[in-house]
Amino acid sequence: MEKQNNEPLIRVRNLSKSFGELEVLKAVSTDIMPGEKVVVMGASGSGKSTFLRCLNCLEDPTGGEVIFEGVDIADVRVDINIHRQKMGMVFQQFNLFNNKSVLENIMLAPVMLRKKQLSREKRRHFFGKGEKPTLTKEQIVAEEREKAMQLLARIGLADKADVYPSTLSGGQKQRIAIVRALAMNPKVMLFDEPTSALDPEMVGEVLDLMKQLAEEGMTMVIVTHEMGFAREVADRVLFMDGGVIAEEGTPEQIFGNPQGERLKSFLAKVL
Amino acid sequence: MTELWTRFSKAFLIQDRWKMYLEGLGNTLLIAMIAAVIGIVLGVVMAMVNYIHKKSGKLKIATKICNFYITVVRGTPVVLQLMILYFVVFSFWDNGILIGAITFGLNSGAYVAEIARAGFESIDDGQMEAGRSLGLSTWQTMRTVIIPQALRNALPPLFNEFIMLVKETSIVGYVGIYDLGKIPGLIQSRTFDYLFPLLIAAALYLIVVLALTQVLHVIERRLAKSDRNQGGAVNGKAK
Repeated sequence: MEKQNNEPLIRVRNLSKSFGELEVLKAVSTDIMPGEKVVVMGASGSGKSTFLRCLNCLEDPTGGEVIFEGVDIADVRVDINIHRQKMGMVFQQFNLFNNKSVLENIMLAPVMLRKKQLSREKRRHFFGKGEKPTLTKEQIVAEEREKAMQLLARIGLADKADVYPSTLSGGQKQRIAIVRALAMNPKVMLFDEPTSALDPEMVGEVLDLMKQLAEEGMTMVIVTHEMGFAREVADRVLFMDGGVIAEEGTPEQIFGNPQGERLKSFLAKVL
Repeated sequence: MTELWTRFSKAFLIQDRWKMYLEGLGNTLLIAMIAAVIGIVLGVVMAMVNYIHKKSGKLKIATKICNFYITVVRGTPVVLQLMILYFVVFSFWDNGILIGAITFGLNSGAYVAEIARAGFESIDDGQMEAGRSLGLSTWQTMRTVIIPQALRNALPPLFNEFIMLVKETSIVGYVGIYDLGKIPGLIQSRTFDYLFPLLIAAALYLIVVLALTQVLHVIERRLAKSDRNQGGAVNGKAK
């Protein structure tokens, strides 16, 4: 269990991002609490995807701070790879590794990073620092395989462990992409329009998995156009417009009592 | 008829002259193979530098150097490159076959760089983003995800490059290396008959090239069959 406190998991301060002349994010600030489900909405070009991609610095912010677990990961001196391991990300286009089987897709990052960590510990031990590592590489692989198979069983795709992504449906790919991110035991999951590239009949299975995660208490930031899902799952909805958070509140406030004209016209179009 | 047979026999059979062709063919293949290895390593490294520069903005100077190298090598005749290496750079060294192989390796590297670049560009940006989002470094993602897919997509044009090398290395005769292309001249100097030695050498090249082309077809069919990758094949170069 996550201990209950009032420290935000991610503290975003004056986050800005420009692509050349184009200012996509204009000094966005918000706090994401542990266990919170935040849905980000907005028209195309409002900066919502860029906002999400700046949270794990997949886009380098041009200004401001993203403080994750007390560290400003927007600072270029920070080793971003370590922090990204705790921030899972799910993409619109799934982005499964095409040259790896389903099982390998899930195991690749945890096995590789744990093996590297093990070599580092062995080296430290060799030079007389730290304990001798008790794990072996084979144990790491076995553990991760076990975990990956459990994750696959959970989404009912254990029989697909050895196939390659190109043979799967969009919904299957996306669910595998979600458990691939979960295999790293992330503190927060970032979803970038996870159902936008799916055929309508497959949207449900992906949203169901996301609801399960939400019920288990995962902290989630979700860019989506699925208003029903937002209403049901979100603790807070951010409406972005022109690179700023134009409006925010509970789903009831945003959907039931929109304030600004932009939000009203946006809702009129999507609902 | 008998006369033609005598001429053929002089060109191929007498004094075990067929051994000369085989030896020449062996040298040709040796040069082509060493050159292919050098070319692929060099070309893939240059394409990688270019790719990383494009995606991350790093390695600016290295990219400039690579582009300069590619421009110069592709913009000058390989015969001159061979002579520069043979008579100037390696003038102290008498291993002609290795010098020939190095020349063609360095030359081929520039062409492979273009092939491999197309291979890298055929990979969706999402693959790198997915790797990075899991906490892998750029290099870890390159090694496990990008390079295997890029090379796979580039395999047919890369193999085509090797077939080209087998034929093109025939100019090493210019600096006195005994490859297959040089043999007809040697035999003609004894028999004063060019026709058959040239035809025989040409036939041998053709047999080898046809055999290699068959291998290429098998590779292409295998790749088309296996559904590991949705990215299509990359077009070969025009030379």
